[in-house]
Amino acid sequence: MKAFTYERANTPAAAVKALAARPDTKFIAGGTNLLDLMKLQIETPEHLVDINRLGLDKIEPTPEGGLRIGALVRNTDLAADSRIRRDYAVLSRALLSGASAQLRNKATTAGNLLQRTRCPYFYDTTKPCNKRDPGSGCAAIGGFTRNLAIMGTSEACIATHPSDMAVAMRVLDAVIETVAPDGTTRAIPIAEFHRLPGNTPHIETTLGPNEMITAVTLPPPLGGLHIYRKVRDRSSYAFAVVSVAAVMQKNGRNRFAFGGLAHKPWRVEEAEKKETAAAVAEAVLAGAHTTPQNAFKTLLITRVLTSIFAQAAA
Amino acid sequence: MKFDTPALDNPIDRTRVIGRPTDRIDGPAKVTGTAPYAYERNDVAPNAAYGWIVGTGISTGRIVRIHTKEAEAARGVLAVVTYENAGKLAKAKAHTARMLAGPDVQHYDQAVALVVAETFEQARAAAKLVRVEYAPNKGRFDLAAEKENAIKKDSQVGPADTATGDFPAAFARAAVTVDATYSTPDQSQSMMEPHATIAAWNGDELSLWTSNQMIAWAVRDTAETLLIAPEKIHVSSPYIGGGFGAKLWVRADAIMAALGARAAKRPVKVALSRPQIPNNTTHRPATIQRVRIGAGKDGRIDAIAHESWSGDLPDGDIETAAFQTRLLYGGANRMTAHRLATLHLGEGNAMRAPGEAVGHLALEVAMDELAEKLGIDPVQLRILNDIQHDPEKGPERPFSSRKLVECLTVGAERFGWAKRNPKPGQVRDGDWLVGMGVASAFRNSPTQDSAARVGVDAKGLITVETDMTDIGTGSYTIIAQTAAELMGVPIERITVKLGDSKAPVSSGSGGQWGANSSTSGVYAACMKLRGELAKKAGFNVNEAVFEDGQIRAGGRNISLGEAAGPDGLTVEDKIEFGDMQKKFAQASFGAHFVEVGVNAVTGETRVRRMSGVFAAGRILNPKAARSQVIGAMTMGVGAALMEELVVDKRFGYFVNHDLAEYHIPVHADIPNQEVHFLEELDDKSSPMKAKGVGELGICGAGAAVANAIYNATGVRLRDYPLTLDKVLEGLPSIV
Amino acid sequence: MPDEPAPSPTGGPPDDPLFFCDPTTRRVFLTRAAGASAAVTLGHGLFSGPDAQAAVQAEAGGGEAGGEEEVTLLINGRQTKLRLDPRVTLLDAMREHLQLTGSKKGCDHGQCGACTVLVEGRRINSCLSLAVMHDGDKITTIEGLGTPAAMHPMQAAFVKHDGFQCGYCTPGQICSAVGMLAEIKAGIPSHVSADLLGEMSASEEEIRERMSGNLCRCAAYSNIIAAVREVSGDKTGGEA
Repeated sequence: MKAFTYERANTPAAAVKALAARPDTKFIAGGTNLLDLMKLQIETPEHLVDINRLGLDKIEPTPEGGLRIGALVRNTDLAADSRIRRDYAVLSRALLSGASAQLRNKATTAGNLLQRTRCPYFYDTTKPCNKRDPGSGCAAIGGFTRNLAIMGTSEACIATHPSDMAVAMRVLDAVIETVAPDGTTRAIPIAEFHRLPGNTPHIETTLGPNEMITAVTLPPPLGGLHIYRKVRDRSSYAFAVVSVAAVMQKNGRNRFAFGGLAHKPWRVEEAEKKETAAAVAEAVLAGAHTTPQNAFKTLLITRVLTSIFAQAAA
Repeated sequence: MKFDTPALDNPIDRTRVIGRPTDRIDGPAKVTGTAPYAYERNDVAPNAAYGWIVGTGISTGRIVRIHTKEAEAARGVLAVVTYENAGKLAKAKAHTARMLAGPDVQHYDQAVALVVAETFEQARAAAKLVRVEYAPNKGRFDLAAEKENAIKKDSQVGPADTATGDFPAAFARAAVTVDATYSTPDQSQSMMEPHATIAAWNGDELSLWTSNQMIAWAVRDTAETLLIAPEKIHVSSPYIGGGFGAKLWVRADAIMAALGARAAKRPVKVALSRPQIPNNTTHRPATIQRVRIGAGKDGRIDAIAHESWSGDLPDGDIETAAFQTRLLYGGANRMTAHRLATLHLGEGNAMRAPGEAVGHLALEVAMDELAEKLGIDPVQLRILNDIQHDPEKGPERPFSSRKLVECLTVGAERFGWAKRNPKPGQVRDGDWLVGMGVASAFRNSPTQDSAARVGVDAKGLITVETDMTDIGTGSYTIIAQTAAELMGVPIERITVKLGDSKAPVSSGSGGQWGANSSTSGVYAACMKLRGELAKKAGFNVNEAVFEDGQIRAGGRNISLGEAAGPDGLTVEDKIEFGDMQKKFAQASFGAHFVEVGVNAVTGETRVRRMSGVFAAGRILNPKAARSQVIGAMTMGVGAALMEELVVDKRFGYFVNHDLAEYHIPVHADIPNQEVHFLEELDDKSSPMKAKGVGELGICGAGAAVANAIYNATGVRLRDYPLTLDKVLEGLPSIV
Repeated sequence: MPDEPAPSPTGGPPDDPLFFCDPTTRRVFLTRAAGASAAVTLGHGLFSGPDAQAAVQAEAGGGEAGGEEEVTLLINGRQTKLRLDPRVTLLDAMREHLQLTGSKKGCDHGQCGACTVLVEGRRINSCLSLAVMHDGDKITTIEGLGTPAAMHPMQAAFVKHDGFQCGYCTPGQICSAVGMLAEIKAGIPSHVSADLLGEMSASEEEIRERMSGNLCRCAAYSNIIAAVREVSGDKTGGEA
């Protein structure tokens, strides 16, 4: 871990100001991903702004009938909130399937959205990685790709986004609220928040350099049957091989988002109009770029969708 | 004390303390966080500086230049040690690769430098400033590709090849045959405490407070590496956060800490970081195994062959995967063979039940395949082929004790094996396909000479000292139980001091020999102490009874303290095992029964039930022994379902080198585990009449899982681990 | 349940044995910290050796990266003021600066749970948190739960059920188990809770899932479950 200086911000305005004041500054909240990466010098901020005490830890109703989740609401609290459990069960389920209780007790809503990939080549600083070291190449391509992306990949990067929470938020059409140092606020639909790798896999979101996430807004409840199916190599405390967030409606207006497939939570709205699992899967996976190691993900997605359709019909 | 004839009735048979499920005597210290592990020895080295190891970034080649100036100039840095300034070093005979690279690099993440600084944070950060230029070589990393180049090499524990009768002819004429090839991946011991050492020099004398299973080997190998006399080295390792073979040897943490302390002129503490461990230290090597079995229609095996290919660095050792096949089942015509390929991955070495753990993953699935072809119940097939003597050496070498058949029958009964549907893919519970599997468990039960010092003071308090280690095995407790039994005192009066090279040399912890051997060493010392106390008190030792803190004979009694006298009395003795292992095949046995659910949608396997029955001689402490067995069973589940160090064959290293990516079982993976020990005393094994139990539980556990998956799904998998992607291909469509 | 975030699992009263230790058990680091047994607040100056040297350096460095920050930690009921390099994790602050070595470093990356402690009653991985982020936080470590002579019920249950072997993951398992039962009590659901809106129980299945952030390579899992079940007092949902 490179040496850095530390300060604690007490208001969102002060936090964004501090972020903009010095180069190579990062926010730290839960720290569960940032410190992991700082220890390996994959992240090397020179200044940390501790935003844990900004008070952005409330979940409040919105005038539209949705919920506004403070950026610093811990994963545990979000999953356990009775409104989330009742009206957005897919989100609660996704959160509870992620990481461990200890990590969920620290990890925040905004931090979870900003999680970085678990690609093992990204994590090993002796290997080339365009995400960690732009222009150095991608060691993952041609290497151990079993857990890596099959959708929206590029010549530069085949990493996946590791979050479960974000997959559920994608299916719920969450909106990410931000504030900039000049006080400007933005509302970014989650569909536009995470980026595909393209030639710049190191730029993972559309968040501006000095912007801070203040909240995530959920639209009014969708109703329907909420399912989060996470497939993994051990029963708990493992990243998804693939995951499916589904909201199934009696009128057939189903929604699906997928984890473990791409550099971002994967959702193909067009595919949701299809009436069978196989047709949805085909449309979702159109253009898949697989390797012999990860081609099974297409079969797995198809099967999980089939099972979800069956569950909804039952 | 020599042990070269079967044990007679002896004071251990009283079993007032031994054989009881005593709570661990080190338990309160461990559960309150007050048992100090190596890195925590602030008591002995309060001013230790911090060392951080820099690993090589290539797998094989040569160091061209090491740039250390930037690191040396960094805040807090006290020293940077590399091969250029470390002084003369040698490779210990027990090490396959050197602990410090340079100028040659032998494997990825081999230590190339140690940065010593005032604080941990400074050392870790400065380590990133060490820059190394390499001239890489093209290495070999692919076992399957190197199989053809593999050579015959004997292991330290036995010959590479054996043959009896005429296997090819018998196999050719057999009515029913199985010929199957299996593969097992590289695995990581992944004990929870990383390798860690504090090193301090006092003149030319070196102290290592470390985490090590084998104290005497640690002294020897440190001496050989640093080219100093073993007498100058003190090693202390009273608490060890798991080893599973990874800590059989001093590793880079200890050697680099010693070099760092010499350079910094201060004690230095070094722990390997978790991501360094899989590539820097040892691992269980991958294997490719071919098993051929030929049987008559009655199920009797007439031909059995087991061949194994594994890889290691040049001058490395084979993984003895076919060793159990030499002894487990009968059959007149047999052969085993091991071949070793050169691979430039890290050092292949022991991990819990080396050889047998992966050997069972092949042999015991092959038996399941044979049972199915024969149409014989797999439990029955194993019973049919039981043999009470070494099948290679003949009836002149009987087993010292062997209750495999009883393990299988009792196990089948307890588990409800009769309810198993022999036809695969028939039982369903919601989304889950349910199946049952069985496997035999076999693990050789070697013994090692072991010494101890036992003293009694004027108050009758007893102290046992031996360099034996407790790696979670329960050594503290069973040694205390042994001494309490023999000296006739309650266990509270025994103090056990372990893991210090100033104490007599014990068996150490490895090869599942530790419990039986080290307590036998304590037995020897206690018997000697009894003799001397009796003599001092004027008793005939053969008549003297040691009970309730007293020595009694001829209507007279005297307290132990009184007999010891005001200065106390201390003796030392050693158990020396003669040729009983030659005369008798000595092994422990068991039978695993597993029920799995395989998700019909995703192919995920989850273990629903596990049950095992084991015969391992006298069970010295059923509570600790059970814990050993359930732990090993769990590691077997890991081997079957998830554990794999993935080799990147381009760069030549294990890619998934941390605990997020190398999966070991978590709580949610493991159901209730039932363990049952059969009554057994083995008078040929030791005066304790015990056998090894610590590694038995992993042998066959994974195979039982694999067989259960087959029973659940009809998908026969032969390449471990049996991850969902492999199962998925064979599952029926779901709608 | 009202429409508000889940209550903090520190809901128990101060004398609830699950959450607080006997005051007599809070001696651990004081007796080890260079004889400063009379001090209630341990300032930096009480330490000798590398800590003191580092302090001098840091003051010289003032405000630059590599300097130090003041932090007050309230660990096991004892307030401690430290000057620390901000890089020091909560885990290393305890292990390397306060001689509280009960919390273990198994992976240093949030992958094993050996470093689990309770902060404001909640279990966290202390390896993935900076000490300076915990200024004023109430922290309970394994040393604060009990001592060999006066064990916390969870510690005693671990001994009784042999819920450990090598002992290295054990402090983390125990702190985690204490935090976990509090989470169940607070109604926090888990991945295996069949009904997100129902009552939460300490069934074996629930405990297994909720304890999965604590790896045990010796794999005392079955025994840990038995120990935790006993302390939980929950008789429901056992193995069929």
